[in-house]
Amino acid sequence: MIGRFNWAGVIDFLPQLFTGLYYTLLISVVGLVIGFILGGFFGLGRIAQNRALRSISIVFIETLRGTPVLVQAIWIYYALPLIIQFELGSVTAGITVISLNSGAYIAEIVRGAVQSIDKGQMEAGRSLGLNHGQAMRYIIWPQAFKRMIPPLGNQFIISIKDTSLLSVILVPELIFQGRLIAANHFNAVEIYTTVAVFYLAITLSLSFVLQRTERRLDI
Amino acid sequence: MITVKDLHKKFGDNEVLKGIDCEIEPSEVVCVIGPSGSGKSTFLRCLNMLEPITSGEVIVDGNNLNDSKTDINMVRTEVGMVFQQFNLFPHKKVIENLMLAPQKVRKITDKEARERCLKLLEKVGLADKAEQYPQQLSGGQQQRVAIARALAMEPKMMLFDEPTSALDPELVGEVLEVMKQLANEGMTMFVVTHEMGFAREVGDRVLFMDEGMIVEEGDPEQMFTDPQSDRTKEFLNKIL
Repeated sequence: MIGRFNWAGVIDFLPQLFTGLYYTLLISVVGLVIGFILGGFFGLGRIAQNRALRSISIVFIETLRGTPVLVQAIWIYYALPLIIQFELGSVTAGITVISLNSGAYIAEIVRGAVQSIDKGQMEAGRSLGLNHGQAMRYIIWPQAFKRMIPPLGNQFIISIKDTSLLSVILVPELIFQGRLIAANHFNAVEIYTTVAVFYLAITLSLSFVLQRTERRLDI
Repeated sequence: MITVKDLHKKFGDNEVLKGIDCEIEPSEVVCVIGPSGSGKSTFLRCLNMLEPITSGEVIVDGNNLNDSKTDINMVRTEVGMVFQQFNLFPHKKVIENLMLAPQKVRKITDKEARERCLKLLEKVGLADKAEQYPQQLSGGQQQRVAIARALAMEPKMMLFDEPTSALDPELVGEVLEVMKQLANEGMTMFVVTHEMGFAREVGDRVLFMDEGMIVEEGDPEQMFTDPQSDRTKEFLNKIL
C-alpha cells in the first residue's frame, strides 16, 4: 500500500514546506508572547479591585473564549478592515487572532494560578508593610507563575495547532503550503502526512522542553 | 500605643465584634483568651487593618486607621504580625523571607538587611538555617522564623494570632520561649492564645472575650485564680 506513494518526491517540496513552517512558528511565537502579556493583564484585571477593569477583562475573556478561532480569524481579516478602513496583512491578522485567542485562555490560567495561592501569603506580605503591588510582584506572582507552567504548556500546544486554521485567511503557513502543493502535484498522502509530522515535531519538542522545565522547577 | 473605641465588625449580617474598648500601653503584654468564635482573631486583625473595621475607632501609635488619610502600609511597618499558619514565603530562603520587607519597604541596602536579619535569626536560634527553605524546617522553627521576619522591620509592637495552635505539642515551648524573651526586652505585645500558662506567666493583662465582647479583663493572676464573671469561670473550668 505504502509503496504506491512517492515518498522520496517529498524532498522537492521541503523548501516550500519549510517556508510554511517558518510562518507557523513565527505566528505561534509572536502570538503567544503577546497572548501571555494580554493574559497577564486581563487575568489580573479580572480579579482587580477596580470594577471597570474587572468588567473589561470579563468581556474580553468571555468574547474570545466563546467564539471559534475560525470565526475570529475570518472576522478580523475580512470584516474588521471594513470597520477600521485599514487593510490588515494576513500574517498580521493571523498574529492578532492567536494573540487575542490565547490571551483569553491564558488570562484564565493566570487568574486560576493567582487565586490558588493561599490568602495568608498576601496577608503576610501586607502585614509587613508591602503594598498590594509589591506583595503581588514579590510574593504571589513567583509562586503563581510556577503553577501556571503546566497549563500554559497545554495552551501553547493548542495555539500552535490553531495556527493551521489561519490558512483560510491566506496565511502562508504549513497546511496552506501543503494544500497548494497537493493540489498541483496530486500527492495528498505524502504531503499531508509530512505536514502532520511537522506539527507533531513542533508539539513534541515543546512537550519535551516543558517536561524538563517542570522537573527542574520541581512542579 | 493602641486605643480602641467602640469597635464593631460585621461580616455581612453577622456581627463578630460588638463594641470593643481597649487601651494598650507601650511595653505591655496583653493576652486574649476565649472560646473559638468569640472574635479574638478578628479583633487582632482589626489592629493592623487586615480586616477593615465596620465602625468605631482604632488608633495605632497616633494613627487613626479609619481615617482615609492614614497610610496603612506605614502603620503596618510598625506593627509586626505572626500568624497561626506561619505564612512564610515558600519560594524564598529563610534569610530572604526576613530580608524582603526591609529591602522593599525600608529601602535599606542588601548588606545592611543581611546583617540585621542574620542577627535576628541568631536571636531566635536559627542562624544555621538561613540558607534553607521554610518547608525544610519543623513547625516550631518555621514559627520562629516568622517571628524574626516580623522583627526585621523593627516594629514598635507585635501581634500574635494563636502562634502555637498549629504546632505539635512538643514544639510549642521553643516558640513561647522566643516570645517570652521578646516580652522581657520590653516589646509591646498583643497575643491571642490558648496557652494559659504563657498568659499567666508573661502577660501583664488578660482579656477574656466571648461573643464579640470583652467580658472581663485584668491581672492574669487574679483572672485565673479568682475570675469575676460567670462566663469566665465556666470557660476556665473547661480548659484548666
